[in-house]
Parts: sequence; structure tokens; C-alpha cells
Amino acid sequence: MSEKKQERVGVYVCHCGTNIAGTVDVVDVAKWAQEKLGPQGVVIAREYKFMCSSLGQELIEKDIKELGLTRVVVAACSPHLHEKTFRTAAKNAGLNPYLVELASIREQVSWVHTDKAVATAKSKAVVSGAVSRVIENRALDEIKVPINPNTLVVGGGIAGIQSALEIANAGFHVYLVEREPSIGGHMAQFDKTFPTLDCSACILTPRMVEAGTHPNITLLTWSEVTNVAGYVGNFHVTIKKKARFVNEELCTGCGICQEKCPKKVIDDVYEAGLGYRKAVYTPFAQAVPNFPVMDKENCTYFIKGTCKACEKFCPTNAIDFTQQDQTLNVDVGNIVLATGYDLFDARRVSNYGYGRLPNVFTSIEFERLSNAAGPTNGNIVMRDGKTTPKSVGIIHCVGSRDKNFNNYCSVICCMQGLKFAHLVHERTGATVYNFYIDMRTAYKAYDEFYQRVLEEGTLFVRGKVAEVTDAARNEREKGKLIIQTEDTLAGKQRRIPVDMVILSSGLQPRHDAKDVGKLFGISCSMDGWFTEKHPKLDPVATMTEGIYIVGCAQGPKDIPSSVAQGAAASARVLDKILQKEIALEPIKASVNQEMCSGCRICNGLCPFNAIAFIEDDKVTEINPALCQGCGTCVAACPAGAISGTGFSNEQIIAQIDGLLLKNLELA
Amino acid sequence: MNKYLLYPGCSMDSSAKAYMESLNEILEPLDLHLEEIEDWNCCGATEYLGINLIPAYSLIARNLALATKQMDGTRTVVAPCSACYLNLAKADYYMQERPTLGAKVNEALAAGGLEYKAGTLDVRHLIDVLVYDVGLDTIRSKVVRPLSGLKVVPYMGCMLPRPDYQHRWSDHEHPTELDDLLRALGADVIDYPLTTECCGGHMTQIGPETAFELIRRLVADADERGAQMMVTVCPMCQMNIDAYQNEANHFFGTNYHMPILFFTQLMGLAFGKEPGDLGIGVELVSARNALANIGVEVPVTQEPAAPRKKDEGLPMPRRWTRHEGKKEAVK
Amino acid sequence: MNNDTFEPTIIGFTCNWCSYRASDLAGTARMKYAPNVRLIRLMCSGRLDPTFVLRALSSGADGVMITGCHPGECHYIEQNYKALRRFLLLRRVLKGMGIEPERVKLVWASAAEGAKFAAETTTFVEEIRKLGPLNWGKTDGGSQTVDREELSTVHRPSSEMEAIA
Repeated sequence: MSEKKQERVGVYVCHCGTNIAGTVDVVDVAKWAQEKLGPQGVVIAREYKFMCSSLGQELIEKDIKELGLTRVVVAACSPHLHEKTFRTAAKNAGLNPYLVELASIREQVSWVHTDKAVATAKSKAVVSGAVSRVIENRALDEIKVPINPNTLVVGGGIAGIQSALEIANAGFHVYLVEREPSIGGHMAQFDKTFPTLDCSACILTPRMVEAGTHPNITLLTWSEVTNVAGYVGNFHVTIKKKARFVNEELCTGCGICQEKCPKKVIDDVYEAGLGYRKAVYTPFAQAVPNFPVMDKENCTYFIKGTCKACEKFCPTNAIDFTQQDQTLNVDVGNIVLATGYDLFDARRVSNYGYGRLPNVFTSIEFERLSNAAGPTNGNIVMRDGKTTPKSVGIIHCVGSRDKNFNNYCSVICCMQGLKFAHLVHERTGATVYNFYIDMRTAYKAYDEFYQRVLEEGTLFVRGKVAEVTDAARNEREKGKLIIQTEDTLAGKQRRIPVDMVILSSGLQPRHDAKDVGKLFGISCSMDGWFTEKHPKLDPVATMTEGIYIVGCAQGPKDIPSSVAQGAAASARVLDKILQKEIALEPIKASVNQEMCSGCRICNGLCPFNAIAFIEDDKVTEINPALCQGCGTCVAACPAGAISGTGFSNEQIIAQIDGLLLKNLELA
Repeated sequence: MNKYLLYPGCSMDSSAKAYMESLNEILEPLDLHLEEIEDWNCCGATEYLGINLIPAYSLIARNLALATKQMDGTRTVVAPCSACYLNLAKADYYMQERPTLGAKVNEALAAGGLEYKAGTLDVRHLIDVLVYDVGLDTIRSKVVRPLSGLKVVPYMGCMLPRPDYQHRWSDHEHPTELDDLLRALGADVIDYPLTTECCGGHMTQIGPETAFELIRRLVADADERGAQMMVTVCPMCQMNIDAYQNEANHFFGTNYHMPILFFTQLMGLAFGKEPGDLGIGVELVSARNALANIGVEVPVTQEPAAPRKKDEGLPMPRRWTRHEGKKEAVK
Repeated sequence: MNNDTFEPTIIGFTCNWCSYRASDLAGTARMKYAPNVRLIRLMCSGRLDPTFVLRALSSGADGVMITGCHPGECHYIEQNYKALRRFLLLRRVLKGMGIEPERVKLVWASAAEGAKFAAETTTFVEEIRKLGPLNWGKTDGGSQTVDREELSTVHRPSSEMEAIA
């Protein structure tokens, strides 16, 4: 210690209102730091109500200048929240920002412990650890890298379309990747949108066309992202463009191939299993792009080796059975994930009989039934395809707010159920029952819509439906579906016979959300939705810089919120693009070649190929551009020749000693 | 050979004798060996747990403790009765879940020189073992007389699939194990939405009117769907539907005739066993006509005891006279 | 020392991307857990040099908790597997040194598993409490063999408690 220059450390303990001060005696912590850590180099220790406020920051800046502080420790919240704030403050006062250390005494102490004496003692240890560590910190320079102005948007539903259009309109290039043959997403399947009852296709189609024809948008449908490498500003993305077996250059979208194709297939995706499509198809009339795709699994030619009816009739020779999957590599600076949701599989609630009782329908099936372009031309009929129901029961919260399935509220189902009630009432005149747990009609003009449906004469029963059955107990119930439910307002059990039941199914994360998250390096919540950086203040960013989440990929939401998020993420992306370059954390490993023995133990450890062996010199070298800073090689080097900035051995060992108050015994 | 420990339970020896008989008939074709737990006792049925938990759990756990002595290469205890299965599984589960309960139960067992470490055994119902261990393919391969043409509704009863501590069943509300098994035998299985509804349980003893309504719903719906018989996995269900069907008919003025057999009896028939050896023919609502549809002839067994003649009522108490009362008073 | 009143000191190593965030989440959700663990943030569990663990144990820690991303979920693709390998090796080394290998624990906790982080921490504290104090580096040189009898009578140097108070 004596050879080292004595550092001048300032310690700042934050009250965070009562968040910290309620459980930790912050005054005592500051006093203790000043008295006991003096020999370490602490020259000043202060406490303040809100260190992150501008006054708090000024306090630090003033001390740096006036007391000549060379190191700063702020004992406050998690570094993930305010590390940047205090580093900036130090920078403003002329101190290298990496000479600031945060000691988390909120998330890691005051919020998780109750005993004030114990929490205060732990806070002291945490502060001691940070002081020991900060002395070993070295001044570092941020690494600046240019930002690629191109953006990747994954998912062509309304959220993805909105996001792509905003960025494209600002003059930057967007790759819009969609797994299905057409963009449009779930919204393209709907008939009407609540609460205004706009025709979904009428408001969506112009946006789809705009995205399809925009000079700044490269539309890649029938495509999937298979690999993502790099980091914010410099992502390298691999995209698999599945073979369409239709030459997009030649195809005019005339539709003759679909007409001539002899193979009829049940359409599980767009028509939700209620309708048919051909083996070569565009999912719907307004599809963008309007080129069909060939469904290899069902095409007679691919199964039996003969047919090719489509090829014979195609007026422009656009059918190409030799097409192969293509791999595209694109470089982008930012990525927006708008991968959407899956509908809850209502068969899982076996007591509601979906899949067993023919006249039980899911919400998406009903959307198709009521859609004028759907399999029944908009006629609301039962499974036999012709009978109009005289009574319809709509069950809310199917698969949502139920600990057997999903705990969360799916947000849209109440309004969806009300919309269905209105459509059934308007088009069939049937008696409509809504079975709900709580009616959730927050947001603009939603509750008014509820009032309107009430006035139309729809009946509402508050209670969770126990069962839908066709086991009649009396003549009145014969041939009907009986809804057995508790009526919690009347305080009794009811059995209500109806002709048709619609399950207002909830939303679920995409079945492959976890894999997609892993691909892009972001995490999922317990429920499986992508996790945002901050649930309130940063709802579209993620913990991985340069990757944004919008729409239902982040959690259940309605169309207006999805559109708002799509636009919000674009603003964040444009902000990054316009900065032209970005500062990266200078956390990198480097080899002291004097000490390297050339044992090559580290060579196989790096998954980013940043470590290379120089044959001529028989030593190892690390490429800082590829190094991600994990530190695995630092830990592995038997000669101690590799060091990692920001997390050096000296820093960590000093922190261990500090946390264990070993330095105090020495002192 | 697949060896399992068997906890037969009281009913297999009395009301559900046919279940036991038919079970014994199908063991050999399926290469199953069931070793009975020695000196087993009653599981307490559906009532005792409602009265006093510790003695009830101790009563059940005694069987588990005894079973551990016979483990010898197997840790699976099979219970053919749904109530027995539920009670054994429940005791095993809660003794693990609540260590204090486990300790108290073991304190009681210690008095008899026994001990049970919860989780040692795997408690399973007979149909679970047949469907998931033996397998539907094996069962199908043993069928020599397919039951095609026999319209049956599968009736699982309420105690088997819920609360499902070990996640054994395909579904809590509408399990299909029995459907699949009957289909493997070749029977025409009719989807039965009431498969997990209550048969009335012991309400036949304490509130017959409630039980009659539950029985009526089950029988009426099976009849409505064109079933020739109901098939069950539970002695209690079998007894209620069989023994109280006529009383329920009488109560509601209906005239249902819905036989109910154990699934093991149908397995025996499909495997080519003789109806008489499978305990068929002793049921009160006769399955004779239903089985005649598929060419199975049920032998005439002993006639049930002749009902008491109507006019031969019980003697009435003597008439009370004022004189008698006075006599008492004087005395 | 009575094991019921013994409060172990534990050093926890966390990964910046998962377990440290899990501890943040436990905090945000106000989950309560044992206060005996003091955390050190690393960029990755792969950064954990086994000598850090030995340093902690020899400097007064009674146990060390290593936390990282679940296998297959490493922010740096696969470095947590390397942490796992080092952890297994380290436990063997500890055993050879006469230290209970149970004093070092490896826990996987994703950023969403605040509840798991809290529960595992509390469990580990109880496990270490049962093992008793380690007192490595606090005996007067000589043999490092850990003697249960002796340990149970040795008290921690009072200087540390005074320093905290």
C-alpha cells in the first residue's frame, strides 16, 4: 500500500427518501465510512436525501473539484439503474467516469431485509467492499463504434408494420422479416375492431400496401431469422428465405395457379381451421406481397411427383419447382422484435368442451365466422354451416386469470367478448349471454362501448363458468349446450342452455418465444413474454442494447397500444441512428505478452473467436473488436497474463477483502 | 414379469367381489404379478379424514409402512379402488408436504413398531398401471373376442383424477384413459361428459334424495346417448349405480335399465374368459341383454334372495292405551 | 459457538446479466431473504477465478455462493459451462484441503427468477449455519485441518464485530 499513491475517496450514501433510510441508518453508515475507512483513503463521507437528483449530483461534482477526490463511491440503488447517472456527474467534474463505483444498498439491502441493525451492518460491509474496489479501478476510455443505419424488424403484424414505416419514412432502410407468406398478422384475420367497430381490413390494408411498396423497406416474407451476431450498431443477421417455388420477379399475382391447383387443404393459420386453401396459395385476397407460396408438404407434385397443374396454367412461367431455400446476410444497427402472440389453446380447458362439443368456438374462429371474407361470408352459423344460433354464450377469461393455465389478464378478451356480443346481436338477433369474472374496459371509449352493449340487451352473468356440457338434465336443456356457472351477483348456481358458445381465449407468448429470445440475446419473463428494460419507464427497450420489443411480444395488448409501441421503438431506433456512433463499455480482456507462456489454455475458451495464437511469437493475442468482455479467459490464464478491464483481479480481490472487512483488521 | 404390491381394500372382498375375480383372471395374460400387502387394514374410506386427521392418516400410513417391508424390487403399490388409491396417495403426499404431520403419523406408527418415510412408495391406481405400464398395445394384442358392437360409456368417477398429486392423468376434468382402454378392447366408446361426476358416494346412506338425483343424471345421460352399459373403475360408483338404480327409478318414476360393469370384467371378456369366472351375472341391474348383443351368454347364477312378500309386513307395535300409561304412573 | 446464533458471512458472486438482475428483481419485489450474503458483480460466471473463492474463504467468509445463467442461457453463449467445470473441480480441491465442499454452492438463476434467488440464498445460509463457522486464516497458523470440536468453541475475533458496530 505504501508504494501506491494514496487515493482520495468520497463516499455518498443515499436515503432514497425512505426507501433506503427506512431500513438502513444511513447517517451511521456515512459516519462509519468517514471514521473507519479513513486509512483506506476516504476523505469525505456524506449522506443525502436523493443522490440522483441534480442537487445530489452537484454535491459530488463540487467535492471532486474542491476536495480533489480521485475516486467516488455512491451507496444507493442497483448499478443497473443509476451507474450511468453518477459516471456522467464525475465526467462533468473532470473525473474519469470509470473511477466511480456504485454500492447497492437498496435492491440488495434495504428492500430485502427488515432488521435495521443488520441492514445497517451489511450496508457498511457493502460500502467497504466498494471503497476497496474503487481504489483499484483504472481510468478507462469509452470505445466508440459507428452505428449501421439499417434496421431489422422481425414480425409483420400491425406493430412491426408501424415500426418499419416510421423508420422508413424518416429515410432509413428497414428489413421487415415475416414468417408467414404475407404481412398483416392477427389483425388481418379480424372482422371489426373495438370499440369503434372499424373494419379491420379497411384500416390495415393501406398500411400493408405502404410497407410493401416503400422504397426504404425490403420486405422478406416466408422468411425467418436464423442467426444474430454482433452488438448494438453492428448486428450481423442471417435470414433464411424459404423457397416459395414461385419466381417473385415473374409472378403478377393473377391467382390462376390457386384456381387450378387441385389440392384443397384445411387452412389452420389464417382461417383458424374453419376454411380451406389450396396447396399453392396466398393466405387472403389483400395479401402483401401478393405472390403465392407453395406448401411443399401438401403439394401433389412434391408428394407423388406428378401434377404441376399450376405450372401449366401460369401465364408468366413464374412457377419454379427447383427453387431452394436462400440464406441472406444483412448488417443492421438496431433490431425491433414484433413477433406477436399465440392464441391460448382452448382444448386445454377440457371442461369447456372445445374440440369435443361441435358448437363451442374459439374467439379467432368467431372472427373468421363473422368476417365477410371468411368461410361463411360473414354469416354467423353453427358448426353445421347453416343454422343460425338463437342463443349464444360468450365465456370470458378462458385460459387467463386462472392458476391452472395463465395467471395474467390477457387484456383484450373483455372488449373482444363485448365486440362479439354486439356482432351476434346485430346480425342474428340471438339472445347473448356474457359470462365474466370482472369487466375490464379501461382506456378511451371502451367503457362507453360496454354501456352500449348493455343497452342492446346483452345479458351479463358475473361468475366463472364451471362447465359447458351437452348432458341435459331436463327437456329444456335437450339438444343444447348447457353453461353451468355460478352467478356471484345473485348468489346462486345457474344452468343456461344455449345453441352456441364462444370462448374468449387469452393470449400466450409465441410457442418459440424462448428460442427467439435466446437468438437475440434477450430474456423472457416467467410467463414467457419478452422482458422490457424497465416496466414503466423503458417499456420497449431490452437489457440488450439495440434490441427493442413491441406489440404483444412484450405482453398482451390491444391494437392502439401495439401501434404506439411500434412507433415508440422507432423513435428509439432513430435516436440511435442519428447519433451515428455509440459508446461501448470498455470492458475487454487483453494479454500481457511478456507474461504469456503460450500454453494455449485460453485459446479454446472464447465463443466469439476473439482469441488468436500468434505462431511466430508463440503467444496469444485478443482482438478487442471481437471481445465481449465476459472474462472467462482472464479466470483461466494460469500465468495471470490476461487482464480484464473493469473487472480486474485486483478489483475483485480488493472487493472481497473489503466486503469481509479484512482491510479494517489490517488498518 | 411385472411385479406390484397390491392393496385390495375392503370392498374387493365384499361388494366388489366381481372386480377382484375379474382382476385375477386378467393377470396371467398380461404377465402381471400382484403381491398382496400382508395384514392390511381399511383405508378409512371417504369419511374418516373428515373426522380426525391424525388417526385417519395413521390408519392409512400403516398400510404403506407394511408395504415397504415387501418392497423387494418394486416400489409401486396398486390400489384397484378409487377411494383407497386416493387415500393412500393423499397420505403419502401430505406426509411429505407437511413434515409435522409426517412426524406425528410416524409417532403413531412407532407404537406398532412401524415407520413410513413418505415418498418411498409410488401409489397408483390399477387402470394407471394397465394403461401406462402394461400399455394399450399389449392389451390390444391379447384381445381374442373384440367387443365391437358393445356401446359403452366410460365412467371414471370423481375420486380418481382429482386432485392428482402425481400428475398421472391426461386431464383432470375429462380424462380419457378409460376411453382409450375400452377402445383397445374393441368396444364402441361413447363420449361421456359426466365421466368425472359424483355418483353420490355415501349420500345414499345419509341423504338418499341427493344421491338419487346424482345417480339419475348419470344413468339418464348414458341412456340418452344410446349406451348399453356403463363401465367403471371404482367399487363405490359400481355399487351406487347398480344397487340404487331401482330405488332412484322408483323415486323419480322412471324406468332406466343401465347395467354397470368393472373395466376388468370387460377386459376378461375380450381376452376370451368365461363370464361366470369374471363375476358377470351377480350385478343387480343385469348386463345379460347388453352382452347378448355381442354374442356373450351370461350363465344363470343363483337367483337373488326372493324379495319379501308385500303383505307380509313387519309387526306393528302394540296400541298404546291410556290404561297402560296410568299403570306406569302408579308404579 | 451455538449454531443457532451463529450468523455466517457469505460472499456471493453474481453474473451481470442474470443473477445480479435476479437479485435486483428480488429487491424491486421486496422479497425478504437472509442478510448474510454480500454480493460481487462479475460480467459472467465464467469470470470467476477459483482463487477468488479461496480468497474469500481464507479472508473470513464461511461460504461462497456462485450464481450464473441457466445452462444454455449464457449471455456469452456457453461460459457458464466453464464456470460449472471449475466449480466441480474446486469442490474436489476444497475436500482435499479438509474444507467441506458444501461451503461452495452453484446456483442457476435467470433475470426473471428473483424468487428463486431469494429462496436459494436463505437455504444456503441455513446450510452454512449448520456447518458452523469456517475460521480459516483465523487460527494461529499450523495445521489447516478443520476440527469440529475446536471450531465450535472458537469465537470470531471481536475486532470484526467492533468494526461493524
